[in-house]
Amino acid sequence: MSFTTPEIAWAPLAPVIIVLGAAAVAILLESFLRSPETRRKVQLGVSLVALIAAAGTAIAQWAALEGAGTVVLDGMLTVDRQSLAWQVLIAVFGTLGALLFAARTRAGEEAFTPLGSVAPGSTEETLARRKGLQVTEVFPLALFAVGGMMLFTSVTDLIFLFVALEVFSLPLYILVALARRRRFLSHEGALKYFLLGAFSSAILLFGAAFLYGATGSTSYAGIAAGVASVTGVDALVLAGAVMVVVGLLFKIGAVPFHSWTPDAYQGAPTPVTAFMAAATKAAATAALLRVAYEAFHGLEWELSWLFWAVAIASMVLGTVVALVQTELKRMLAYSSVAHAGFILVAFAGFPDGALSALPFYLASYGVATLGAFAVITQVREKAEDGTVLGEATRLGQWAGLGKRSPWLAGAMALFLLSFAGIPLTAGFVGKFVAFAAAISEGGWPLVLIAVIASAAAAFFYVRLIVLMFLTDVPDGQEDAIEIDHSPLARVVVIVAVAAVLLLGIVPGPVLAAFENAGVLLLGAAG
Amino acid sequence: MLDLTWLLIAVPLASSFVLLLAGKRANPWGHWLGVAASGTAFVVGLLAFIQMLGLDEHDRSHAVHLFSWIPGGELNLDAGLLVDPLSMTFVLLVTFVGTLIHLYSVAYMEHDPDRRRFFAYLNLFVAAMLLLVLADSYLLLFVGWEGVGLASYLLIGFWNHKPEYATAANKAFVVNRIGDIGLILAMGLMFAYLGGLDFQTVFAAAPEATTAQLTAIGLMLLVAACGKSAQFPLQSWLGDAMAGPTPVSALIHAATMVTAGVYLIVRSAPVFEGAPAAQTTVAAIGAFTLILGAVIGMAKDDIKKALAASTMSQIGYMMLAAGLGPIGYAFAIFHLVTHGFFKAGMFLGAGSVMHGMSDQVDMRRFGALRTAMVTTWVTFGLGWLAILGVPPFSGFWSKDKIIEAAFVGEGAQPWILGGAALIGAGLTAFYMSRLFFMTFHGKARWTDGQHPHESPALMTVPMIILAVGSAFLGLFLAMGDRFSTWLEPVTGHAEHHEPVLPVPVIMVATLLLVAVGAWIAWRKYGAADVPETAPAASLATIAARNDMFQDSVNRGVFERPGTHLTRTLVYADAAIVDGAVDKTAHGFARTGESVRKTQNGQVRSYALTMLVGLVIVILVVVQGGL
Repeated sequence: MSFTTPEIAWAPLAPVIIVLGAAAVAILLESFLRSPETRRKVQLGVSLVALIAAAGTAIAQWAALEGAGTVVLDGMLTVDRQSLAWQVLIAVFGTLGALLFAARTRAGEEAFTPLGSVAPGSTEETLARRKGLQVTEVFPLALFAVGGMMLFTSVTDLIFLFVALEVFSLPLYILVALARRRRFLSHEGALKYFLLGAFSSAILLFGAAFLYGATGSTSYAGIAAGVASVTGVDALVLAGAVMVVVGLLFKIGAVPFHSWTPDAYQGAPTPVTAFMAAATKAAATAALLRVAYEAFHGLEWELSWLFWAVAIASMVLGTVVALVQTELKRMLAYSSVAHAGFILVAFAGFPDGALSALPFYLASYGVATLGAFAVITQVREKAEDGTVLGEATRLGQWAGLGKRSPWLAGAMALFLLSFAGIPLTAGFVGKFVAFAAAISEGGWPLVLIAVIASAAAAFFYVRLIVLMFLTDVPDGQEDAIEIDHSPLARVVVIVAVAAVLLLGIVPGPVLAAFENAGVLLLGAAG
Repeated sequence: MLDLTWLLIAVPLASSFVLLLAGKRANPWGHWLGVAASGTAFVVGLLAFIQMLGLDEHDRSHAVHLFSWIPGGELNLDAGLLVDPLSMTFVLLVTFVGTLIHLYSVAYMEHDPDRRRFFAYLNLFVAAMLLLVLADSYLLLFVGWEGVGLASYLLIGFWNHKPEYATAANKAFVVNRIGDIGLILAMGLMFAYLGGLDFQTVFAAAPEATTAQLTAIGLMLLVAACGKSAQFPLQSWLGDAMAGPTPVSALIHAATMVTAGVYLIVRSAPVFEGAPAAQTTVAAIGAFTLILGAVIGMAKDDIKKALAASTMSQIGYMMLAAGLGPIGYAFAIFHLVTHGFFKAGMFLGAGSVMHGMSDQVDMRRFGALRTAMVTTWVTFGLGWLAILGVPPFSGFWSKDKIIEAAFVGEGAQPWILGGAALIGAGLTAFYMSRLFFMTFHGKARWTDGQHPHESPALMTVPMIILAVGSAFLGLFLAMGDRFSTWLEPVTGHAEHHEPVLPVPVIMVATLLLVAVGAWIAWRKYGAADVPETAPAASLATIAARNDMFQDSVNRGVFERPGTHLTRTLVYADAAIVDGAVDKTAHGFARTGESVRKTQNGQVRSYALTMLVGLVIVILVVVQGGL
């Protein structure tokens, strides 16, 4: 029995290697740096350098890419402009996320628990807090997640798809559980996320097995060829394809596979929610695009039912339930469910336009999401004796925020308007290009529903804006809220505001760049 | 100057930002900055207008490129302005009337602590309205469309410390969103069928499109226009919008914003040319709303709400004209301009009355104000004569032409549309005279402690200028068909058609009906005593007082099913999804044990949801595929 070492073209994988390598180094640093304070600074530095370097490398590769792209690892991975575009996006989200991870309140308090392994409310926890311990492992965990997501966008084989999925999911499960306050809620969210995530991974694997059984291949190209050669339609192929798609829809958070989102979003430390909401959705959308366009293109007609039904259900349920939420993070979670529906609208008929529209849509959604959650970290409850407590996430607590902090409230209003798709914000252009893509392939009724849903969704966004600006602070509540001033969180808010405005007013250059990236190496038609 | 028209939008917008951001330190001079910004826009508009007059008729359409907005791919869109006679007409109307109303507001809002914010919103409105009319594509027009909606929302709810005012603002917002959906859908259809969103591409491609496609686009545009212009069935918000300060009602809810729907229809003329069915619908909606508004106007005792009903009815006339095709376009815009003057003037007059009567709006508590407020009485009177269509005042020249044009055609249509327009003229005469006599004539029915007095010059001067316009502008523009000729490059040359009745007959009939209407109003409200509280009334009057039960219909058809749907979903969400979390939140301090229990149960049901979803999806896809 002979074993030939596979030829691996390492260079195209450079961005992913940088991130995962930095994550490994960061884990080692945990053992060598003793002072929590030094660890925190070094870890933040390592993360930022690695993520910016990865984004830079990806951009350089994108610019230098000749031809369509490179197939790596014998067809397991494909590095083309499309995947590089997504990698840049995820690295940017990771950078902003890392800044939020490191943000601290004025009292020097992080968003994470001082010691993850002790029971909430226990003596050990109090001791750990008093000693100033910090869970700085969150930075390498986030790096692993980013690395896995970047890999996820370029995978062209179902086995590797599963591996990449787990690489980025496992760190996220842990991160969700590390909240400093309301730790039971955090644990609960993490456990639900983990169990349901495991369930959906199983579904995905099951689907991969079906497809392997039907076509004898796990690579996208092999499956596509198998689908084409089957005369008529095979129930095994269809069931397998549906299960793989459902596994990815879970990560996107589409109805009826969304049930983890409100709990995980609410329970997770807000910086984690921000990062997870922006980056996971982007990575999962990228993977879904690739698997749909490369492997299942021949099943477009059969799968269209699935995409239509799930898109409609997500938009309607997400919007309607968000209307009645009184908890801010839950409201944004349901809004993200509705956005999952809008994303799926662009899949109607598998239009070519979606390959350039969806990166833009996710870019606009991601920056606004990161910005909105960054604002949430800045609005704090205050106890009667003046100590600053956790985040004020009940809607009522935001009444009159415009008077307390006009700039912060103004930034939040801008992000909400962008979610609502009001012109001159990034969200409008994003919705516009996504819906235009759907219309070009006759997805017209779906766009009709999407437009109505986004009009209805405007209510709960505007309701919050009205609450912030037109409602007075309730009597007796004047001192119940404290506006925090964390420089790192402020940087994220400012960057997000600038991005939302730029992408909304002069989207040209970014649209053109994604237009350039709107090609898959193993073209859909091929 | 034509290339500098972007200044029209930039100056008020910049001023608005300065006022919003400068905070309290801008309080002493903020309102004058607002007036100056609006005035500058007017001067720029006037200079551009003079330059345009010097050009040859065919060169009067001028494109101004701003920047590439959404380049590349299937959709290539530049942000640009289109300056042509139609948009120039609006620019002059908006900036001129707007500046006068800014000036008026300086005095009207004098005692309001938030005057600076008020002017910021007014400037924002002017900028957005100018963007709406100057945009060279539907997408950019939509930006302005949303902008005026936002300004309108902010201004209706300006006194939001009163809950019902905040509700009124929300209602306007909701109804306008329905209209917006129409515009978005129209854009989607244009993009799909006509291949673009800029006017040039759309209008060039329109003749090749099928009638069905154009009809769909036209009807969606009509939905948009109905929302913005308060036409049936989306009219219910306008009356409530009167909660805003009166200058806002004058500028936004009478003279300019509410006429944006008419602009949209006239601008989209090439689309409607290929869609006769949509065109007829426009005319029918207009005719119906003009009667509906007039009927509601007859029963209202609130002076502002009566004027709002009248606005609805007058816009109905414009819609009717716009739905008649090329013969009507010029008259629709003509009436829009004269209406902008006389209705704004009357609203300012109403504001002046309220100013002198401690914000009383009930006309049953007015009466005999002609001696106390002479300037207001005279200026309001000129507006009243204009809206009645009494020659030679402005309204006569524009409204009479619309009635004539409505009688043109074949079959039953001219009789129905013309008849409605004719009856509407009589009804208008009745309810406007009722309003005028109840306010200024008869016996004084003031509440105790009222000392009506004339308003300061800052308020009366704009009223006088608008009254002069109400009196003579129509005659000036109608002479030698000046206005129709000016608009011809945009609206196209209209063939002359003979109405089904001779023109003199129509004119005499109109004037006769107007005289009868005014005479009845005089007998009932001028010469006789008016009861101080509304008397018990017939079913029809009660219906009219309640806006023809529009709100009840809305509640029954939209609100209740919507509420039930939401409640059901909320219940489902609370029972199935939220249950555990709520319990956790309440009880997590107590024991970890109970938390673990609820978690176990919940995740199972979550997973079950997913599994059921998956099975259904697989069954549907496999069944559908095989």
